[in-house]
Amino acid sequence: MKFAYYPGCSLESTGQEFDYSIRSVCSALDIELTELPDWVCCGSTSAHATSHKLALALPAQNLVIAEEMGLNPVVPCSACYNRLKTAEHAVKSNDQLKQQVEGLLGCQFSGKVTTKSALEAFVKDVGLDTISKRVEKKLSGLKVVCYYGCLTSRPVEAVAFEDPENPQSMDKLMKALGAEPLTWSYKTDCCGASLSITRSDVVYGMTGRILDAAVEAGAQAIVTTCPLCQTNLETRRKDHMNIPVFYFTELMGMAFNLPDVNKWLKKHIIDPSL
Amino acid sequence: MNIITKGQSDQLDFHFIKEVKERSCQPLDLCYHCQKCSAGCQVASYTDFRPNQIVRMIQFGLKGELLKSSAIWLCVNCETCGARCPNGISISAVTDTLREIAIEENVPAAVKNIPIFHHSFLNSVKSNGRVHEPVMLVRYKIKSGKLLEDIKMGMDLFAKGKMPLFPSRTKNKDLVKQIFDRAEKTDFKACGQNNSASSAVERG
Repeated sequence: MKFAYYPGCSLESTGQEFDYSIRSVCSALDIELTELPDWVCCGSTSAHATSHKLALALPAQNLVIAEEMGLNPVVPCSACYNRLKTAEHAVKSNDQLKQQVEGLLGCQFSGKVTTKSALEAFVKDVGLDTISKRVEKKLSGLKVVCYYGCLTSRPVEAVAFEDPENPQSMDKLMKALGAEPLTWSYKTDCCGASLSITRSDVVYGMTGRILDAAVEAGAQAIVTTCPLCQTNLETRRKDHMNIPVFYFTELMGMAFNLPDVNKWLKKHIIDPSL
Repeated sequence: MNIITKGQSDQLDFHFIKEVKERSCQPLDLCYHCQKCSAGCQVASYTDFRPNQIVRMIQFGLKGELLKSSAIWLCVNCETCGARCPNGISISAVTDTLREIAIEENVPAAVKNIPIFHHSFLNSVKSNGRVHEPVMLVRYKIKSGKLLEDIKMGMDLFAKGKMPLFPSRTKNKDLVKQIFDRAEKTDFKACGQNNSASSAVERG
């Protein structure tokens, strides 16, 4: 199986363990990831909060590169996925908008590629059977809560690939790895995103609700698919809170018994030894 | 709601709703203020106005008061409002539009660091084609005067090798600059979508 791979800026800095683990896990599953040559930043919150033109044009440029490669782009970061998928939805569903974006980029879309979040690609394209067959060391007894965040669920029409209020894909994936996903009510709540830098007081309140709920549910770890959620949940918390936050691909790597697991785990701000 | 009593009639802008509807493509007339958006709003306890109040203020033409509000800057665009609205209105798309109007009309932001952050972020994208977080954050801190905040977090991330000293490069740097230039010169304000109640119809 082949995908175009869009790492995005966070996976080169605060979300490095996501990048390392997804590459290792894909190689263990014989999935070929080819990084988009000369990908550009998706613009993230800052583009859509201040310029609807950049908010579409920057991610759309990456769709153009993926079209040239002839491969569907797989995007681990939820924010990048959200922006690329929103741009794809816009150009596929609206001719006027498509022309406007083409004008900004100076090229044309064929509309041939479909952007996928990494979670979606693993659960729907690769399949849970293939994943569970690769498991060497079941994560038995590990109680986790799956935290999906906002950006792979909403806006519903453009980006959701499953129920936006009660998504299940990561829960099913955790079960396939032998872990025990717990029921909780904060799956798709917001971590506060980029307010972490500008209004950290607000973010402490928002991450506090999520962390408290995870502990109350009896979880030993939180599993996520977004670098900003992971960073906010690990760095914006009260000192006594020690629950670790993993990318789902890190737990896949542990269950697959991959040799470079420690390389990712030592990147965590919160000690992840379970 | 006490909003209407605050403004004088000469402060009302009756074209405001048309402007916001056209630019955000949200069917604001359909809002019957069930307040489902406000009940689910993740930042409601931190903002001066709730999502449905934002819609009501637009309906009343309270442009000046809304553009000065903290709500338009503190909205995290989590889209919970849009996912739950029975009439298919995304307040998140509306706050995107309101911020854009506020910037165009030079209305000082109620939370002044937030536009400074966005500006620093986009400048980093414009210069490298990608965001180089350490330099972007230092620029933000100098401009916002928040130099001493989060030093410990920065040191922790640096110690873990998560703050690379050198930026990641893309050969598409010039193309990205061109996209920025074209975006500045191109004048399309509407989102280009059909500004009707179609989304509500699709939802049944």
